[in-house]
Amino acid sequence: MIPPSFDYAAPTTVDEAVGVLRDAGEDAKVIAGGQSLIPLLRLRFAAPSTLVDLGGIAELRQVREDGDALVIGAMVTHASVLRDPLINEHLPLLVSATETVADRQVRHRGTFAGSLAHADPAGDLPAVALVLGASMEVVGPSGRRVVPASEFFVDYLTSVVAPDEVLVAVRVPKQGSWVGAYEKFNRVAQGWALVGVAAMVRRDNGSIAEARVGLTNMGSTPLRATATEQALAGADSREAIGAAAARVAEGTRPSDDLLGSADYRRHLAGVLTRRAVASLS
Amino acid sequence: MTITESPGTEIGSPRRRKEDARLITGRTTWTENVTLPGMLHLAILRSPMAHARITSIDVSPALETKGVVAAFSGRDVADVQGSLPCAWPVTEDMVHPDRPPIAVDEVRFMGEAVAVVAARSRAAALDAIAAIEVDYEALPVVLDMEQAIAEGADLVHADKGTNKGYTWVFDSAEAGTGGDAGAAIDDAEVVIRRRYVQQRLIPAFMEPRSVVVDPTGDVYTMWSATQIPHILRFLLAVVTGTPEHKVRVIAPDVGGGFGGKLQVTPEELIAFIAAKRLGKPVKYTESRSESLVSAHHGRDVIQDLELAARRDGTVTGLRVKLLANMGAYMGLVGPGVPILGAFMYNAIYKFPAYRFECSGIFTNTTITDAYRGAGRPEATYAIERIMDELAVELGLDPLEVRERNWINADEFPFTTVCGLAYDSGDYAKATDRAKELFGYDELRQEQQARRDTGDSVQLGIGISTYTEMCGLAPSRVLGALRYGAGGWETASVRMLPTGRVEVVTGTSPHGQGHETAWSQIVADQLGVGFDDIEVLHGDTRTSYKGLDTYGSRSLAVGGVALYNACQKVIDKAKPIAAHMLECDPADLEFTGGQFRVRGNPDGGRTLADCALAVFAAHDLPDGIEPTLDADAVYDPVNFSFPHGTHLCATEVDTETGRVTIRKYVAVDDIGKVINPLIVEGQVHGGIAQGIAQALFEEAVYDADGNLMTGTFVDYTLPTAADLPTLVTDRTESPAPDHPLGTKGVGEAGTIASTPAVVNAIVDALRPMGVNDIAMPCTPERVWRAIQGGAA
Repeated sequence: MIPPSFDYAAPTTVDEAVGVLRDAGEDAKVIAGGQSLIPLLRLRFAAPSTLVDLGGIAELRQVREDGDALVIGAMVTHASVLRDPLINEHLPLLVSATETVADRQVRHRGTFAGSLAHADPAGDLPAVALVLGASMEVVGPSGRRVVPASEFFVDYLTSVVAPDEVLVAVRVPKQGSWVGAYEKFNRVAQGWALVGVAAMVRRDNGSIAEARVGLTNMGSTPLRATATEQALAGADSREAIGAAAARVAEGTRPSDDLLGSADYRRHLAGVLTRRAVASLS
Repeated sequence: MTITESPGTEIGSPRRRKEDARLITGRTTWTENVTLPGMLHLAILRSPMAHARITSIDVSPALETKGVVAAFSGRDVADVQGSLPCAWPVTEDMVHPDRPPIAVDEVRFMGEAVAVVAARSRAAALDAIAAIEVDYEALPVVLDMEQAIAEGADLVHADKGTNKGYTWVFDSAEAGTGGDAGAAIDDAEVVIRRRYVQQRLIPAFMEPRSVVVDPTGDVYTMWSATQIPHILRFLLAVVTGTPEHKVRVIAPDVGGGFGGKLQVTPEELIAFIAAKRLGKPVKYTESRSESLVSAHHGRDVIQDLELAARRDGTVTGLRVKLLANMGAYMGLVGPGVPILGAFMYNAIYKFPAYRFECSGIFTNTTITDAYRGAGRPEATYAIERIMDELAVELGLDPLEVRERNWINADEFPFTTVCGLAYDSGDYAKATDRAKELFGYDELRQEQQARRDTGDSVQLGIGISTYTEMCGLAPSRVLGALRYGAGGWETASVRMLPTGRVEVVTGTSPHGQGHETAWSQIVADQLGVGFDDIEVLHGDTRTSYKGLDTYGSRSLAVGGVALYNACQKVIDKAKPIAAHMLECDPADLEFTGGQFRVRGNPDGGRTLADCALAVFAAHDLPDGIEPTLDADAVYDPVNFSFPHGTHLCATEVDTETGRVTIRKYVAVDDIGKVINPLIVEGQVHGGIAQGIAQALFEEAVYDADGNLMTGTFVDYTLPTAADLPTLVTDRTESPAPDHPLGTKGVGEAGTIASTPAVVNAIVDALRPMGVNDIAMPCTPERVWRAIQGGAA
């Protein structure tokens, strides 16, 4: 791989990273695991002036418990997510979804927070973060702010993180009594999802009391399927779940590309939603 | 020829490959690892347009980039660059347009080279090509083969007046090898007509193509990641006008090819031209993206079939009409690829009338050429698919229809409707074994149960009873087909004074494990240790003669040369041993590496003793040449015809269209086996590539001729995670024309597996009215077929 030339910075604190970004201007890019940025550099689709590598900031590698939530640092890799005891105990949905991300090599480099910051609607974890009710801690020259996942994703490959800001951690509420499943449909094992469905339900006396459904690759951002979520509340049968799932593509605008047509994606979303929710009964 | 039982225990042993440690770790001489003093690095600017006139090109901005030594366009080298060769002009009047390594006035496919930069580092060269200024004037793009040959079509090569490169015909009535297919169809009780489309594939070898040229010193030396160092040397000399003895080609360790490196490439010529111009060593290694867009593709054929049969299932004739996409130019053997398939549409069946017609069509796409199986997978797919359709039409079990038509074991050697003499085989035996391993009857019951209950997951069973012609090839046959070279192979065995052995082979392994298999053969024949043998290959100074590796030929042809060379060594050593033992050579026998007086187990002489004796040469019989070294060249008398039965069970999720292979059984008959572990690897890899065609891979162009599958994100190459566990076994019908009884195995899996998988998918969905699905059978295509939409 021979990318276009760039300056390289390896800060050891978040403040230092923010300083470098501020000085380097708009064309600087943050690199965590490089899961998405390295391929872009290799193809010369991206030509950043400076790469700011977060790999040297020790505090970003931590996973810590904070009351009813876990706080996952920006440099926590997918592989770390898979073996972290706290995450396994409190966020089993994140674990099962992470198992489907790319391949083993990529999972050892790529990070949870990086895949959120990249804001690719075909990425698996943004939809999962949505249904988990995650919020993002972003640090910039004017300080720290916290953005809920529902406001974090702006457009295709665009999040609210400004060029001089760094996503430093993701705060994820413990699942508690919620159970979740991620149904991913791809052409080959290591490929992007044509469609993915992250579903969580909370049950009450055999029926679904509350549901959250997040969609991967059904629009320019990860989406919540609100019509389906509402229809699932109170669903107590296979038929009711099926009827709710059938509405999952309402209001979505999936892409029409080589890997699948928009029609087919809408159809798949319904099937996958039904399967994901049904698997939670 | 008599098949000899192996005198030792090496042949048949599942030895781990001696070359693997260095290949797997990469600590070896890949071409990319070659670094020479003063070496420059090349980068190539490629056309972003499928068809355009180059109205202006200015390389000077590249020259201003740091580290750049030279930059040139096609115009700068137009008078010296020549034209890339085609070694297989299949007809006398074949249209063979010039193919300059660097486009001069016009580009005809996306990815064609338009300019070259030489710089002190690869990074500098890559930075500089972006600075080259090219103006293109778009020309009409020709993509669809049927439109390309319609009246008034736009032309890929305006000066040729046609997009049809050739039309090649085989007719069994005209050839005198069978009846008239047209008459058979006219008189048939049943005629099945089908169109099948072989999608375009990309060979996707693991090591990208790479070339280094050193022009310093007395000869030009080229290292290249090629399958064909010998053919490359010959053609390099011819194309560039360099005396052949001043050209040395080295194929060092090469990481896969699958036919994709059976080519004389623009990049090899460009590196040669650059090195000659600059007087310095140069290196070019392609990126994966460049490989996908510019290295030759495979398949891309439209097949129209008409199968004539009686109501009892007896096939009476077949007519096949092909359109084969050549891409923008004729590749090295590209025009001949469909012709290799022409003799295989009759497959294992003995029907009496056959006509084949193929037209090679130019389009504004990357050239197509050999890809694992080359013509034979296409043929096998078509016949094995249409045999299923015949069975359905007649309400018969597909295995029964096959059995009714296949050649029986007692009918070998069998001369086919194409005039080929199939050497040996037992189709019933392989099929019985496959059925047993597969649990055929149980799976049919499960299929019925799932149909009855309307299960959302349906089960299908696919059959492929294949044969293939490999061991390319008898030189006379190749000559009759207008191929530009012969099909012989060479081997040399050198006895070193210490009793160790160097073997030189004319084959050129690029992953096949020749060093191991050749060592096993020599170890048994000469009675020397496996580890005491070194196999040398790929350097035209060491292995000065050979025809390289493709078409499952290396063991089938090169193995005979090697066997013969070993026998010559023994023959040469015999009088020397007799002299040492003071006996008559006629009284000696050679077993276990020892010459002994017949009937006397003691006091023998080993080959090593003889090797030392000829080295010293102090006391040899009069008139004896002091060497045991021997060369052999073997020209095969026939092809070899492996066969087998592959059975595939697929589960089709009718809600999503997802196909999952539930069970895959392959019973192959490749004659005697030298190394079962290597054979297993070949079978597994071959099946994986065949499954990939059935389910995953397709090179796609958009309406403007842009390759849409230019990375592995869109060209969905399966990995181990996408593939099933394979159950494999073998039956053994020794090859009667091979002293070791072996047949080729490099392509069998690829040839057999694609129709087995697609037949299984269609079989699962027949109750839903589905009788075909275009490859690759993606979930969406399967789902649409179930919906009754376009397959």
